[in-house]
Amino acid sequence: MPVKKINLKKFRLSKINQERWNRFRSNKRGYIGLYLFSILFVLTLFSELISNDKPLLIYYDSSFYCPLVKEYAETQFGGEFEAAADYRDPYVIELINKKGWMINPVIPFSYNTINYNLKGPAPSPPSKTNWLGTDDRGRDVVARLLYGFRISVFFGLTLTICSSAIGIVAGALQGYYGGTVDIFGQRFIEIWSSLPTLFLLIILSSVVQPNFWWLLGITLMFGWMSLVGVVRAEFLRGRNFEYVTAAKALGLSDTKIIFRHVLPNAMVASITFMPFILGGSITTLTSLDFLGFGLPVGSPSLGELLAQGKANMQAPWLGLSAFILLSLMFSLLVFIGEGVRDAFDPRKVY
Amino acid sequence: MNETILTIKNLSVYFKMGTRITKAVENVDLVLKKGETLALVGESGSGKTVTAMSILKLLPESATYPSGTIEFDKKDCLTISDEEIRKIRGNKIGVIFQQPMTSLNPLHRIGKQLKESIFLHQQFSNSEADERALLWLERVGLKNPSNKLASFPHQLSGGERQRVMIAMALINEPDILIADEPTTALDVTVQAQILNLIRDLQNEMGMAILFITHDLTIVRKIADRVAVMKDGQIVETDLPETIFTKPAHPYTRHLINSEPKGRPDPASEDDATLIKVEHLKVWFPIQKGILRRIVDHVKAVDDISFTIKKGHTLGIVGESGSGKSTTGFAILKLNNSQGKIILGENSLNDMDKLAIRQLRKRMQIIFQDPFGSLNPRMSVSQIIGEGLSVHHPGMTPAQEENEIIAVMEKVGLDPETRQRYPNEFSGGQHQRIAIARALILKPEFMVLDEPTSSLDRSVQFQVLELLKKLQKEFHLTYIFISHDLKVVKSLCHDIVVMKDGVIVETGDSDKIFSHPEHDYTRQLIATAFQGQQF
Repeated sequence: MPVKKINLKKFRLSKINQERWNRFRSNKRGYIGLYLFSILFVLTLFSELISNDKPLLIYYDSSFYCPLVKEYAETQFGGEFEAAADYRDPYVIELINKKGWMINPVIPFSYNTINYNLKGPAPSPPSKTNWLGTDDRGRDVVARLLYGFRISVFFGLTLTICSSAIGIVAGALQGYYGGTVDIFGQRFIEIWSSLPTLFLLIILSSVVQPNFWWLLGITLMFGWMSLVGVVRAEFLRGRNFEYVTAAKALGLSDTKIIFRHVLPNAMVASITFMPFILGGSITTLTSLDFLGFGLPVGSPSLGELLAQGKANMQAPWLGLSAFILLSLMFSLLVFIGEGVRDAFDPRKVY
Repeated sequence: MNETILTIKNLSVYFKMGTRITKAVENVDLVLKKGETLALVGESGSGKTVTAMSILKLLPESATYPSGTIEFDKKDCLTISDEEIRKIRGNKIGVIFQQPMTSLNPLHRIGKQLKESIFLHQQFSNSEADERALLWLERVGLKNPSNKLASFPHQLSGGERQRVMIAMALINEPDILIADEPTTALDVTVQAQILNLIRDLQNEMGMAILFITHDLTIVRKIADRVAVMKDGQIVETDLPETIFTKPAHPYTRHLINSEPKGRPDPASEDDATLIKVEHLKVWFPIQKGILRRIVDHVKAVDDISFTIKKGHTLGIVGESGSGKSTTGFAILKLNNSQGKIILGENSLNDMDKLAIRQLRKRMQIIFQDPFGSLNPRMSVSQIIGEGLSVHHPGMTPAQEENEIIAVMEKVGLDPETRQRYPNEFSGGQHQRIAIARALILKPEFMVLDEPTSSLDRSVQFQVLELLKKLQKEFHLTYIFISHDLKVVKSLCHDIVVMKDGVIVETGDSDKIFSHPEHDYTRQLIATAFQGQQF
């Protein structure tokens, strides 16, 4: 049997992980789900370039201007006011087009741009300018969806990564050392997890104007416990393996043993859980926004759009669009999660 | 007595898994006569269990039978219907399996499991069945049989469970008993009792036994005829005398030659003492009640003392539960103990964790389960080189690589295979990897915790030869923990015999084997070397 040359480059997956990746790829639903989700997320990462009330590039009077990065006054383009140029104002548009051109993003609205040229009262139904209509303030729904999706996923990802990191460490220490560490840790977690996050957030919002980081902090502080149980169980089991005793006999320190020998086993269960934790985190933010205790007023948010949909039943495009996007996102996450779970199924390995 | 009751003709068993076909058994011919004991001998993977299980069609779905017939009671077992084979199982042909614990349902009482067998094949009333079950428990030699009827399997010892299995297999008085390594998982003394029981029952009932084993000592004791299997084929079938004195096939010769023999290379009495153990105690606390009060201790090792000289091999002998492995672990500070453990000038129980970690490169251990002691996610090179990163942090990767290659050659592994993973190697090679991992640190002494008990005899032989060679070359000191006295005899200079956590006899190995003083030692030696000259 020819010997496989193992590349020591960091990006090469180990043989086991390569097998898992191949197995994940063969699961059509999971793989396409991941594909679609990534496309959506990457798309919304560039929301500023897709949906903005400022043009991407202006060529005026033989020089380039990039209003995305720098704010220009109206006078720059030959206007009369020193105020910041409003690129939706037909007057400004005319001025620029006289001596140059501008490239507008596909959707000429940002998440907080109010469309003053509506034919009826806000919320207005889908039209040629507002593809999915406007919300109750007159803001374009598509823009709100794009930016809202990005913030939700970003919140979800950050919360997942941070809470997983803390949860894994806590579980590892409790599981590996057992004894009093475990007893105190478990009792603490029992008490801590019975604290109501929602009420704390309500109290918080009456003291401080909660923004993204506050929300993240509080939810993280009271929600890191999700992975502890699984990791602790894996460590309680894994520390009895003979190769761990063998590592001890070689003289490895506890930290090295935890990271090199026991943690990889625990990571399997953790990674399988993570897509579902991500779904849960996004739900947390969406529910908070729906109740009004989430992101500050004016931020693009899927939950807030849902709340508007509920309040404006005569405008079904609000509720429906938010619902469809959220359902799509959660379905994709569940498919990815199932794909990951099947790929990591230990019964199929060795 | 000479009437044939089972004929296996030209049997082949192939396992189909997807596109892979494993040829487990190929063109096997076997004949079992009434009242005789046929021993089916071979190493693991030779196909003995597959052959025996195919008699009762107990193999998994993936098994196919491309050729052959199994004739029993004028019917071909391979082609009869499921209903008919069920009438034979447990009724005309009984089976005893290898692992007494997993063959009994842990949720059902013994009595219920025994009676299940009766009700399946005979029309007995409940009270008649109870009587019969009780009778059989007495017959297999269980103490307090009426209590045992109401007990669960976990409340019985290994030997007792195996007796229950025998009762279950024989309760319907079958014509044939298939015994699949029934004593491998048991201690030596219990083994002897079970074998005697099986033989007595056979004489009483006149049944035939197909006895599967890899242990030639057992074959010597009980077989009327021997069939040797290798790689799915029968290589030789003959009387035991002929097999042991004039083996015809080279593989049979190879098997017989792999029995442990010889004596260790002589070691001088004047060597310095390397290890001294004084009043070693390993007590595990038993905590009861809500407040977890310590009510008692499990005294795994209860006040033992011995010394080991440099370059010598000390054998720690005893049955399972005697405390031998616990002693080995205690010396290596892998569990907590009281008493003095002195390595050279260092008193290990008085040192802190960090100091002991520094000291670990001088003392190493080889575990019993070859595969379990290797992390399946690490390549062989990573496994072997792991110790280097701890004790020689200054080495460059190139130097480490050279050390790994050198030590792999020393233990007989091909350095080109060092990037492979453990699951691509065999059991004997796993132990070589473990030995390499220990050896690379250039230790002074190694604890060998039953390193070959899960290996086949011929592989065992090679690993033991390797250990002897390394001892001579590197002047290593060994602690060899084992229950197999034959292996101990061929390897050890001094012996310590342990029972229930205490040392019952200690001394020079020559003296112990020729003039054992304690009763227990005598019993162990008699059981191990039964039927042979020293």
